[in-house]
This record gives sequence, C-alpha cells and structure tokens, in this order.
Amino acid sequence: MTNKSIEISNVSKSFGDIRAITDLSLSINKGEIVGLIGHNGAGKSTLFKLMLGLTNASSGQIRICGELIDGSDFRSVRRGIGYLPENFITYNNLSGLEVMHFFSDLKNVPRSQCDAILERVGLNHAADRRVSGYSKGMRQRLGFAQCLLGNPGLIFLDEPTNGLDPEGIRDFYSILLEVQSQGVTVVITSHILAEIQERVSRLVIMNAGQIAAQGSLSELRSHLVLPSVFQVRLKRDACLDFEQAFTHLQGIEIETNLQEAQISCGQQQKLAVLGVLSNHACVIEDLTIREPSLEDLFLGYGGHYAQAH
Amino acid sequence: MHRRIEWALIRVIAGKEFRDRIRNRWVLAVAIIFALFALAIAYFGAAQQGEVGFKNINVTIASLVSLVIYLVPLIALLLGYDAIIGEKEHGSMDLLLSMPVTRFELLLGKYLGLAAALASSTAIGFGVGLLPLISSIDMHDFVNYAGFVVSSILMGLAFLSLSMLVSVSARDRVSASGAALGLWFFFVLIFDLLMMGALVVSQGYFSSSAFGAVLMLNPADVFRLLNMFDSVQIQNMVGLATVMPDGLTDPMALGAIMVAWIVVPFLLSIWRFK
Repeated sequence: MTNKSIEISNVSKSFGDIRAITDLSLSINKGEIVGLIGHNGAGKSTLFKLMLGLTNASSGQIRICGELIDGSDFRSVRRGIGYLPENFITYNNLSGLEVMHFFSDLKNVPRSQCDAILERVGLNHAADRRVSGYSKGMRQRLGFAQCLLGNPGLIFLDEPTNGLDPEGIRDFYSILLEVQSQGVTVVITSHILAEIQERVSRLVIMNAGQIAAQGSLSELRSHLVLPSVFQVRLKRDACLDFEQAFTHLQGIEIETNLQEAQISCGQQQKLAVLGVLSNHACVIEDLTIREPSLEDLFLGYGGHYAQAH
Repeated sequence: MHRRIEWALIRVIAGKEFRDRIRNRWVLAVAIIFALFALAIAYFGAAQQGEVGFKNINVTIASLVSLVIYLVPLIALLLGYDAIIGEKEHGSMDLLLSMPVTRFELLLGKYLGLAAALASSTAIGFGVGLLPLISSIDMHDFVNYAGFVVSSILMGLAFLSLSMLVSVSARDRVSASGAALGLWFFFVLIFDLLMMGALVVSQGYFSSSAFGAVLMLNPADVFRLLNMFDSVQIQNMVGLATVMPDGLTDPMALGAIMVAWIVVPFLLSIWRFK
C-alpha cells in the first residue's frame, strides 16, 4: 500500500507546438494539503486536468493512489476522488438535492448521504430549490457538497472560495480542516494567496509549465531571500536625521517621503534595524513590520524563476 | 486496455437526459406537434381525391411520410447537436468526466436518453393520430401504421446519431447548430435534387441499380423506401425511388441499412470523443 496519493513522474503535455507542462515531477503524500499556485498560463489547470485524468500526458506517468491514471482499474480510484471545478456550473433545472442525487448515483454513493452533506455545507434550507435560483456562493457550496460525496480520500479544489462571502470562506476552511483531520489529501489552487498560505502544509509554485519551487511557507521564505519591510511614520521634520541614522548599516534600503519611511532589510539585519529604530523612538509615531508574504514569494519565484535557480 | 462497461451509469445519464426533456416539456411539445399533423393529415389527406374525413390509413401514411421526412430529421438534429458541445461550453463537462464514468458510457447514456425522448414523443404523437381511424382499420393496416411509426423513430435515431457526431466534432455550439442545419439541408433537400440532376445529366449512363444503391447513402431516402409496402407502390413512387433495384426494396435489408445509419455515426462519435 503506497503512502503517496499522487505520483507524477517526468510528465510533459503539449498542445500542438505549445508546451503546457515540461518534464514535471511531483509527489504528494496522503493527508497533505498542497496549494498549487502560479500565474495565468503557468500550467496549473493543465496539471489539474492531468491529475484528474481529463487529458492524457504527452509523456511521463501519473499514478493516483498507486494506480496508473490510464490504467484499467482507475475507475475505482475515481470513486474516491472529489473535484470542485473553478466555476461550479451545474444543471439549473434541477434542485440542489436532485443535483446531489445525480452525482451520488454516478459515484455509486447512497443517496441518503446527500441530505447530511448539504447540511454540512449549510445548504439544507435550499435543498429543494432549483439551482437557477441559487446565488454564486450557494452554487459553490453545492459544488463543494458534491465534492464530498462518498467520503473521498483525495480532493481537488480549483479556486474553491470563488464567490463565497467571508462567512462562507470561513465555513469552507473549517470543513476542509475537518476533512483533512480524517487523513484526506487535498490539492487546492487559489488566486487569493493570503487565504491559503496559512492553511496548506506545502506550496507548489508553478511557472512556465514547471515547478519553480515547493515547500512550506517558511522553507520557501528561506530559499528565496526576500526583505522584511519596516514602515515607519515619523514626526514632522524628522525625516532627514532619521535617514542618516541608518547609513552605517550595510545592505539595507531606505526610502523616505515627508513623514513616511520604508526600510527594507534581510532577515539577519532585522535586529540591527530594530536597534536603530528603538534609538529613535522619540521621532516615531507609528511602526509596521511586514514579513515577506506568499504574494512576495510567488512574485519572486514566478517572476525571477531563472534567478532562483 | 479492457474497461468493463457499467450499464448502471449509462442508465443514470440516460435517465437524467430523458427526465430533462420531460421536465422542460420537450417530449410533450413534440408529441403535440406530431399528433396535430397526424390528425390533420388523416382528416385532409385525401383532399386531392375530393374527399375529407378519417377514411383511409394508407393515404394517411403516404401523406405522413412526406411530412415526417422533413420534420423528424430536423427535430432529431436539433435535439442532439449540443448534447456534448453544450456541456463543454457550459463548463460542466470536466466535472462529468471526473466522475467514475468513461467517455463511451457518457456518450451512450446521453444518446439513449435523447433517443428515448425522441422515440416516446414520436410514438405518442403518431399514436394519437391513429385514434380517429382505430375503428375502421384491420390488423394489416395497424401493422402498416406501426411500421411507419417504427421507421420514423429509426430515421430519427439515425439523425440523432449524426447530431451526436456533430456535437463531439464542433468547436462551439454555434458551429454545431450550423453543421446540424447543414446536414438537414443536405439530406432532406439537396441530396435528392443532386441525384435527379445526375440522372438527367448522365442520360442513362449509370445503371438504375447504381442510383438505387446511392439512395442508401441518405437515411431519409431509406425511410421513404421503408414505407413503400409493395413493388407497385415503389413503381408509382415519384422521383428517384422508381429506379430502385428489387434487392433494396426488402424491408429487412432497408431496416438493416437504417440500423447501420444509427450505429456508424455513433461509433464515429465515440472515436471523435476519445
């Protein structure tokens, strides 16, 4: 019994002359939550389609739960996969419950599960209403509900919180954490990077059909040296003296503008910068420290892939 | 690689397609159209002979054939042209294909569901059209009428197969609808004109049996021939059917050709869809 939910070995995918994925290898363990991020056209959607068996690789091999994706037994593996597409579009002429019944029949899951799952995603009150009357958020909840049918061991979520209000996003992630605690593997894409950065165990950054970087947020931060940024609001006329106070520190950048100053420095210089700031506490009205976010990492790896390697 | 066909999944997909057509009243609407035409033709069918009223089933069938040959192919093509491309454009195809269902099962399920909708509306519509004549017909007339209804359904299924091929081949719904209408024009309007033109231009160079065989390349013509129940009618039939060789007037042979018209385009659809 393999411990890997997904094993991708040297997979390439071309559409005519365009190479969407180039010699990509990736392995995802059972129970991991992996965030897949990248610019538009980085190859995320193609990789998703490949992992779901919706398109065939031009070369290489993909195994899901130990089974080859084009193998004869992949159907049984599919029963254990949940998928929420980016825009969950379903049958407007059916009610939410009927949509669930249709997908449960396709997955060979007892229909009796449907009510409980709709309640779990907060749609039980609208189960009998036609989907045509659902808001975008309700449709997304319904999509998530069908994804949970049959207690899948592997879930693919493509921009899952699209259209959800803040309460819906919170509910979504609380269900996702609950699901993960049961050992379910989750692969998730989102363009709201701040939303997933604290919720995934591993990030995979894609660029130009390849994996630009992967690891936990802290691992990625340590690999790609990005500055911490101190944003300082100063008292009137303190800017000039303040700027000069940093001249003895090497490798920092300081920009001042009237009463605002922004100091960018490496991780090793943070304490030295803080020391200077504490010496000038009397001219500081406010201070904000910003660590490199996932957005910064994403732009760093995505925009400077060649430099990072 | 061998993959077992799961008929239960095909039934689920077919059931949904059929229920959708019941729900949106497609089946009802088409059945009403067929019934109204059948009743009108049954009543006015013999008007050319100076009579009106529900009198002769054979006249009714002959008149209905002329109508059905236009109507059923159009309805079948419009029913199926967006079966696959519609799902793709709608954005729901990826989700369907991520389910434990193969492309073959998906396509067959959709086809069978749509076929059930077409067959039931045709049978109900023309069934109602028979009611005013029911007291005056014998078993032979009834068999003839049943044969007409069955052959109408078979022709509909053939054009439904063609529409599935269009649906899996088209880039978008607009081009699919254009291709479907193009097929209707070709098979229902242009094909026979081309044949007659070729007959005139060739001035007897080609044998009549060769022309008869070429008629088999059009399911609408196969349907027309299926509804000519004896050789006298064949001889009297206007247009190209007068050149039919005897071998191809056998209902079993014609039925087999119609089945081929159902199966071959569907097999091509499967090949394209993969």
